[in-house]
Amino acid sequence: MTTREEAAKTALIKKFGFLENLVRIQRERRIFIDDAGQDFERILDFASEDLGFSVLCAITGSDDGTRYEFIYHMARPKGDMLNIKIYTPRDGSRVKTITDKFPGAEIFERELTDLLGVKIDGLGEGNRYPLSDDWPKGEYPLRKDWVKKDKKPEGK
Amino acid sequence: MRKVVIPIGPQHPALKEPESFSVTLSGERIMAFSARLGYNHRGIEKACEDRSYTQNVYLTERICGICSHAHSTAFVQAVEEIAGIKIPDRASYIRTIISELERIHSHLLWLGVAGHEIGFDTLLMYTWRDREIVMDILAQITGNRVNYGMNTIGGVRRDIDDEQKKNILKAMDKLEERTLYYITVATSERTVIERLSGVGVLPHKDAVRLGAVGPTGRASGVDRDTRRDDPYAAYDRIKFKVITDDHCDVYGRTLVRVGELMEAYKIIRQALKDMPEGPITVKAPRKIPAGEAVSRYEAPRGEDLHYVKSNGTEKPERVKVRAPTLANVQTVAKMLEDGQLADLPIVIAAIDPCFSCTDRMTIIKHAGSRDLGAMAWEDLRTHGINWYKNKGVDFSRLNEKLKKANKV
Repeated sequence: MTTREEAAKTALIKKFGFLENLVRIQRERRIFIDDAGQDFERILDFASEDLGFSVLCAITGSDDGTRYEFIYHMARPKGDMLNIKIYTPRDGSRVKTITDKFPGAEIFERELTDLLGVKIDGLGEGNRYPLSDDWPKGEYPLRKDWVKKDKKPEGK
Repeated sequence: MRKVVIPIGPQHPALKEPESFSVTLSGERIMAFSARLGYNHRGIEKACEDRSYTQNVYLTERICGICSHAHSTAFVQAVEEIAGIKIPDRASYIRTIISELERIHSHLLWLGVAGHEIGFDTLLMYTWRDREIVMDILAQITGNRVNYGMNTIGGVRRDIDDEQKKNILKAMDKLEERTLYYITVATSERTVIERLSGVGVLPHKDAVRLGAVGPTGRASGVDRDTRRDDPYAAYDRIKFKVITDDHCDVYGRTLVRVGELMEAYKIIRQALKDMPEGPITVKAPRKIPAGEAVSRYEAPRGEDLHYVKSNGTEKPERVKVRAPTLANVQTVAKMLEDGQLADLPIVIAAIDPCFSCTDRMTIIKHAGSRDLGAMAWEDLRTHGINWYKNKGVDFSRLNEKLKKANKV
């Protein structure tokens, strides 16, 4: 662990007191915020503008069976990566787009819409990604309770 | 002038991979561009949740036909981090060597494709001929030209012996000589310079804003390289230069890639020299403790990112893959803005989008038999010649003529 990660952790806790037990340095160059909660947007702004985590590498969406988890993987030069997590309930899950600040987020947000069925508020019109145009409505493959309709064994 | 919208694709629009583009034109000028991706979506992330970690090493390797080592390494690195496994030093060096050999094969392939897209097919023939040198080396070390099967959780599956070391070094000398020739061509051949300069411009600020990665970003002055910034395998023990350029166009992307080829030869020579003796693998548990990790890898096309979440069982809870092309494809609209329709193929090809290149077949199923057998290269060649002969295509007389002509 170097002082760089410690400095980022301290700055985050100083600005957002509630993160005291939620910021975690997993290893050198890997920092996690385990739940940014309602302050997600402010934390994202602070991390990108003041701490230099200005590159959005990806957004991971996953379903733990009770709620959806979204991880915003943010990077800065020197290889540090800040992974900011937020959660939404499974029913009527909505998150706000970040494309106004990170235009590259569009493809990752469309992926969340297609694979998890999450509503992204503020995301403009555009091509769907990655499922096909004739993919059945209401089928979201990354949900844990989704089952493949075609029971044919693979490779047969 | 009236605007016209032209759909291009999804059947191989300039690339050997399905993608669909919609281009709005005013005359020959591109006014707007949008891409529809996903035609190659195979549900691999979901499939990973149903398979064991070991099976997933091979599944992730098959995400891409070219960057196969990139994906399997990114995956095993994440799993090793969660399980707290430290791989032997020798394995780190072997991963580094395969990684750079893969970069050489990918960049030479790209150089050929770029040559083809600008009507310079001699360059395609030359580079793809030279690429066979590195493909043969990869086949010799790993048993495969692509999808090497080198990685396992806890290290690598095959060692590099002294004979192979000698062959790699010999190949590096030959490839270096050839690459120096390509650098001369790229920096002195006016046709190449003028065809590629000012085409597909991506200014530095847009490359940063859109999150361009790899040679696409570095050719717009974005000084980022995961091998240096977030080192993995043995990169923290190896000296190399990160090649950047400020042309911000297809020409710059060409210079970065040929520059990276020269660095790859240096890295391989260093790695072979410094590689310590010792084991190549440590034992890994079948069940991986609950945890999560983000792994990054500098693939030939840019940063490859894998996120793995485990739940204490033998199968992962979630595997997320962000391949470099997904980060770069969003820069294409900017590159094409106000450009010419005729530049579209080379501009798209210049981000080096991934496509599968595996088409060598050595497993033959004999008609009427269930037996599968492997064929040696010479046997395969003879089989091919005879197959054509049976169809009435026979080159033996022509070959005789050529032999006589050569004697004269």
